[in-house]
Amino acid sequence: MSTALEQPRVVEAPNYLNNEYGWKSWLLTKDHKRIAVLYIISITVMFFIGGIFASLIRLELLTPEGDLVNSDTYNKFFTMHGIVMVFFFLIPSIPATLGNFFLPMQIGAKDLAFPRINLLSWYIYIAGAAFALAAIVLGGVDTGWTFYTPFSSTYSNTFVITAAVGVFIAGFSSILTGLNFIVTVHKMRAPGMTWGRLPLFVWANYATSLIQVLGTPVVAITLALVGLERAFHIGIFDPAIGGDPILFQHMFWFYSHPAVYIMILPGMGVISELVTCFSRKSVFGYPFVAASSLGIAIIGFLVWGHHMFVTGMSMYASLYFSLLTMLVAVPSAIKVFNWTATMFRGSISYETPMLYAFGFIGLFTIGGLTGLFLATLGVDVHVTDTYFVVAHFHYVMVGGMVLAYMGGMHFWWPKMTGRLYPEGWGRFAALLVFVGFNLTFFPQFITGYLGQPRRYHAYAPEFQVLNVMSTAGASVLAVGYIIPLIYFLWSLKYGPKAGNNPWGAKGLEWETTSPPPTFNFEQTPIVTEDAYAYGSPHENVHEGGLK
Amino acid sequence: MQVPFCLLQVPLFPEAASSMARQVDYLYVYLTVVSVVMTALIFAAVFFFAVKYRRRSNDEVPRPIHGSLVLEITWSIIPFIVMLSFFWWGAQIFFANATPPSNAMDVYVVGKQWMWKIQYPQGQREINELHVPLNRPVKLTLASEDVIHSFFIPAFRIKHDVVPGRYDTMWFTATKPGRYHIFCAEYCGTEHSGMIGWVNVMNDTDYENWVAGGGTEGSMADQGQRVFDQFGCSTCHQLDQQGRCPNLRGVYGSHVQLADGRTVLADDSYIRESILNPNAKVVAGYRADVMPTFQGQISEEQLLQVIVYIKSLAPQGAPTAGGPPPAGAAQGTQNPGGRQ
Repeated sequence: MSTALEQPRVVEAPNYLNNEYGWKSWLLTKDHKRIAVLYIISITVMFFIGGIFASLIRLELLTPEGDLVNSDTYNKFFTMHGIVMVFFFLIPSIPATLGNFFLPMQIGAKDLAFPRINLLSWYIYIAGAAFALAAIVLGGVDTGWTFYTPFSSTYSNTFVITAAVGVFIAGFSSILTGLNFIVTVHKMRAPGMTWGRLPLFVWANYATSLIQVLGTPVVAITLALVGLERAFHIGIFDPAIGGDPILFQHMFWFYSHPAVYIMILPGMGVISELVTCFSRKSVFGYPFVAASSLGIAIIGFLVWGHHMFVTGMSMYASLYFSLLTMLVAVPSAIKVFNWTATMFRGSISYETPMLYAFGFIGLFTIGGLTGLFLATLGVDVHVTDTYFVVAHFHYVMVGGMVLAYMGGMHFWWPKMTGRLYPEGWGRFAALLVFVGFNLTFFPQFITGYLGQPRRYHAYAPEFQVLNVMSTAGASVLAVGYIIPLIYFLWSLKYGPKAGNNPWGAKGLEWETTSPPPTFNFEQTPIVTEDAYAYGSPHENVHEGGLK
Repeated sequence: MQVPFCLLQVPLFPEAASSMARQVDYLYVYLTVVSVVMTALIFAAVFFFAVKYRRRSNDEVPRPIHGSLVLEITWSIIPFIVMLSFFWWGAQIFFANATPPSNAMDVYVVGKQWMWKIQYPQGQREINELHVPLNRPVKLTLASEDVIHSFFIPAFRIKHDVVPGRYDTMWFTATKPGRYHIFCAEYCGTEHSGMIGWVNVMNDTDYENWVAGGGTEGSMADQGQRVFDQFGCSTCHQLDQQGRCPNLRGVYGSHVQLADGRTVLADDSYIRESILNPNAKVVAGYRADVMPTFQGQISEEQLLQVIVYIKSLAPQGAPTAGGPPPAGAAQGTQNPGGRQ
């Protein structure tokens, strides 16, 4: 492909940010990049709302007595933390932001297949988020993010339906984004961009999209049934009116277990990009890393019962779910080994995104291995519903997903904004996040094995020392999140110009200008090499020098 | 020095006070050792590569390495075999936990927002306190009055959800005298974290003394008989002759022939269902719609008492349930329970 060489200009080159101005140009945009920016702003707001609830939880748990707020308020804190973080941050986080922005660019497309539907997804997300926020403002929800029946459908006196409607609506945003991605990957690849050349970030988002399209309707139906039972007393889940409360758990986890792969798979995709770029080396075992994403997506649908080993489910069903859960760990392990092997004889540099990738590999390994504790029947009986689960989940979701998101944001920030963030502050914040995270969540493995149940407003005094460590760690973690927020905003105006490819990365998104023009490429790129062809002549490391 | 000192006092294991506890601990230690080794290997490799292969000049272009099928197979198969060992060992413990020994003594637990109500066959009733003897298997039958709870004794390494609308069971053998936490582990509303109690493991003498000291309302079966009479059950379920409904002597534990041709085991769950939803499984030879439902009228504790009472009814030569009813029994037109 050929583009005009960048010439010194007084005005900035036309790009997706400066081609139009005014609020209408944003709220009515069909540009996937602008929609990605809308999502970044929205989910960042939701992340900090969820984070405030997390801070309040940790403050309350500083002492064993329930002395900061009353029990109902505490129960609302952890419920709103979970609902906001899971449904309004983690699920859309990488696909709707970095995926939206870079999936079309990585395959050499002008946009997603359905730009209007893409914008619709964002509006649906906002409508869902509005209901969730309304539930908070009206007085909160206290069911836990899992909405277990019959508590949610009959006993809770809070705004369950409002919150459930929010989650229900947001689900459609997720379905439409998934659909858009699937069609885009099938139909919009540039000439030469074969399936075997797709960047691993695309593979990961493709696998995620399959889960979103197939799984999300189930949780929508489930929450609708909870709403029906709550509003009209139709007996579905409440045994007092003829329902079965365990049926809810089967339906809920049929979606919500695959949903944790919705949350983590795109993060794995980001890590594949980061490790190759900062090792300047092709990914080790490309077909295995790509296939493992699909493997996780498929097997992930068959393991939901591992959330239910103590519900009195059939012993043989428990065996099956335990065994398949072991199996789903294999593709995750393959990824970790391949990332590590990619670094072998590489040329490794320690920019901020790579620090997040290091952190991800370590913390996801711990998160994955502790998942095996929970898959092991005899141990799960003891540790399920304790802080052990809380710790495991956060090692995967924060240590994994949030670190990948942060790494991806730092990696692609120069491309999205055309500006560099301050590297020193970036590294410092990455270190704070790593230290703060471990201090917060590692002690929870121990309190969990000691028997501290999750969702406890007040706890037995012997657990206090470890809880104080957790709270201290959460404070460090909070600082680690706030610093990037500040320097990212600062860099928009004061950051040095990034150039087209500050990292010397491979991939079509780096071959266009920063920020990219409205339709991404001056001409449709023609792909002639595999993904991550770092060993080949590196003509694209020179700023502005396009192939 | 204060902080490190208190960290040294943090134990890594809860008290181990049941026959199962150490077995779970051993498996947990095995998992932990494997995990620590794996994590250490990954950390060491990442750290080592990151240092050894650090970028020394901005021009360097490392030689590409595309992968190795042998390595991929190795690091898929070996971890999976290790995982299978987790699975196998975990399943052993789970199976051992699943079925209570036949000589286990019964204790009945009802969870409600936000307390544990405990009944013993000898007639004692307690709230948030469980007394059990040392070294004797104890089987808990779990019921919930409202939402899902979960009965969790960390010192015994066991936990089971308490699901409304049905019975669950769990069992343990306590091996160390003492007083241990009971927690509700399934979130159940406002005072979830206050739904806690204590299990008291006592040696035999103490336990016998404790048993002898309580139970002013007669045994649980006696209490159940009073409930049985109070609700007018005995009007139709006559024990000395055949009434309009099956005679209940000897029914418990037997296989009952149903009107639709199926056979069911008359256990706790069957009796519970027959009281709350009498038309669900009608005994062969009897008509449906004779017995009213007692859903919403009888409490979970009373239900358990009635079940224990029915369990106590020995056959004594009387015709058993499922036998042919006397002529006219099925023609009953009155509403014996008084309420529909």
